[in-house]
Amino acid sequence: MEVLLVSLLNGLVYGMLLFMLASGLTLIFSMMGVLNFAHASMYMLGAYFAYSVSRVIGFWPALVIAPILCGVLGALVEMYALRRVHLNGHIAELLFTVGLAFIIEKGVQMAWGLLPVPYRVPPVLDRALFHVYGSNFHAYRGFMLLISILMFVAIWLLLTRTRIGLVIQAALTHPEMVGALGHNVPRVFTIVFAGGSVLAGLAGVIGGNYLVTEPSMAATMGPIVFVVVVFGGLGSLAGCFLASLIMGLVQTYAVVLDVSFADLLARLGLKVTSATPLAEVLTMPLPRVGALLPYLMLILVLLIKPRGLMGTRDT
Amino acid sequence: MSEGAIGTAARPVAAEGTAGFLRRQWPWLLALAIALVVPWFSYDWSTGRHSGFIVSMLSQIGISIIFALSYNMLMGQAGLLSFGHAVFLGLGGYVTAHVLNATKGGSFPLPLELTPLAGALGGLAFAVVLGYFATQQRATAFAMITLGIGELITSCALMFQTFFGGEGGVSTNRMTGHSLFGLGYGAPIQIYYLIVVWTSLSVVGMLLLTRTPLGRMVNATRDNYERAQFVGYDPRMVRFFQFALSGLFAGIAGALYTLTYEIVTYDTVAAPMSANALLMTYIGGVGVFAGPVVGAVLIVLLQSWVSLLSNSWLVYAGVLFILMVTFAPMGLTGLVLMHQPIWRAGRMRRLVGPYLRLLVPALLVVLGFILAVELCSFLTIGAAQGKSFTLSKVTIDPRSAMPWLIAGALLLGGGLWLRGAMRAFGAAWSAVSEDVKRAELRA
Repeated sequence: MEVLLVSLLNGLVYGMLLFMLASGLTLIFSMMGVLNFAHASMYMLGAYFAYSVSRVIGFWPALVIAPILCGVLGALVEMYALRRVHLNGHIAELLFTVGLAFIIEKGVQMAWGLLPVPYRVPPVLDRALFHVYGSNFHAYRGFMLLISILMFVAIWLLLTRTRIGLVIQAALTHPEMVGALGHNVPRVFTIVFAGGSVLAGLAGVIGGNYLVTEPSMAATMGPIVFVVVVFGGLGSLAGCFLASLIMGLVQTYAVVLDVSFADLLARLGLKVTSATPLAEVLTMPLPRVGALLPYLMLILVLLIKPRGLMGTRDT
Repeated sequence: MSEGAIGTAARPVAAEGTAGFLRRQWPWLLALAIALVVPWFSYDWSTGRHSGFIVSMLSQIGISIIFALSYNMLMGQAGLLSFGHAVFLGLGGYVTAHVLNATKGGSFPLPLELTPLAGALGGLAFAVVLGYFATQQRATAFAMITLGIGELITSCALMFQTFFGGEGGVSTNRMTGHSLFGLGYGAPIQIYYLIVVWTSLSVVGMLLLTRTPLGRMVNATRDNYERAQFVGYDPRMVRFFQFALSGLFAGIAGALYTLTYEIVTYDTVAAPMSANALLMTYIGGVGVFAGPVVGAVLIVLLQSWVSLLSNSWLVYAGVLFILMVTFAPMGLTGLVLMHQPIWRAGRMRRLVGPYLRLLVPALLVVLGFILAVELCSFLTIGAAQGKSFTLSKVTIDPRSAMPWLIAGALLLGGGLWLRGAMRAFGAAWSAVSEDVKRAELRA
């Protein structure tokens, strides 16, 4: 029980972090059709910017400055490069972001070195918030949850209560129509791309010290975020939210549930020995298979429901 | 995406005779001749050994050519963007390693020359299974499924000991003692010539495949899915067959990889390897059959030479890739083919001047860029390795302001100059091509 509750909280924290990344990506992907491979790189840059800024003027200014830097970078990329590449088609755009991810990864290595940087949780939050059945719930996790919920509310308000939000929402499902109504769709694209980068940067700021800030953090996070976006479905922020939480919980629970197929079969009265065919697969404990689960789920969902959980458009 | 002049024309071959064959296929024959001869330039007659670096690089080129071409079977010919193609290279490699180990035990006397067949079968088998799922979808969903498959297999490779050997991989020994020609295959040069043979066979195989009804239908499903359906084919099956065959060739590349390095690790199935295929294919050009070959040669040369000289070769590869995507989406071969009408009309001479005028500012920008990148990387990575930045015996201190100023000046000045030169070149180019078009109309 204790384990389940603590894991629920941890799963929520991780899921919300995923949502921060995935919401930006889903906005970009759904609107512009660009699968932005550099999105996780923006997340990494957010963490590194925050590290550098927090060394000079502290964590709290970094929480604001680093995402803004990412947003500016995103806007520049969209205005001066992506828009031009768009003329060569969607595949070219996608490949452009792949190249950008390469350069950012190497650029980060050149600027901050190959080793993880000591980006730490601010001392104020480096303590236990409360105790659940004797185990500590770290204050920083509560802070992460708070920030991500605030962000979720902010996006929701922005999208449903403001004019630009309405245009963006309309453009998610009916991009041609929005253009035909005389809205400046390219500018909306820039805003969305910059906004997505801000979200990714923010996720980097609060995720960088929770996880590890190192040059390969984009490569580890990137595929998972794609899985979340496609799993949730194109054009649906609600699907994205749901998918983020599911993935967060699945991955967290997979780590703590120490069972395997063999245990399951044992309950049914079947004994797995080393002589059984596929014995290695059957006896593999769930924590070790955890890394596979998101991809298995992605493939399954795409085969059964190509639009994803709540998608409104074909991928 | 037009068919290139190099070897893909669908004219009847029999009617032309040897002279026609030579005239059209000379680039391939030249490439083969170079492949056969180059190792002997590095031959050390006193010790009787070949340069290990050259032979290993050439072997890598051969493997990469098959790999990139098999990738282009999906990307260029079928219009399917895959992010998990390395899976078939790696799995082919693993199968080969196991077959080699079984051969060594004596239970299975397969001649070493034929082990790539085992890799091919392995690649084919896995491509049939995984391709069955992947080809159910099109466009981005296909890309995402292949990404998922790639990550899935990579995780599996780290997890399962029996087949993948976990993190340590599967090591093997190519000196099995079974050979059709009584060769030992201890020396890398012998494996290299085996790679040349298999690469040639694979290239010819894939080239001929483009001329089969399957190859044509694959192009048709790329260009217009619905109309291909109308003709009476099942586009999904067409793509499935293409996927399976592409896995087969990737498996051959994997087998050759295993024979060269005598070890297969999870790196061979992981995402960076797939990205390599993408880089090679796209930089070389997806629209022409020979494009990926050019890309493979170029990328391996970059990888092996530039990575010796610089820590940051990935930056150069990334920038080159971005420039290609932005300005030349048809790749290097596409750029070359753009000149074909002008060449045929005999008007190339008019472009020599504009090109030369482009060259100087471009070189300045490249120099400035390289200087800036190297300075950056020497501040962090280089400093950690304790190297000093020397350029033809002049030591440059990345902490002083001067080199940075020079780099900045080169970038800024060269950039401005280049912008002007590019505008002038554009004008010259359109003038010449207008001219050629008018001449063609008159003819």
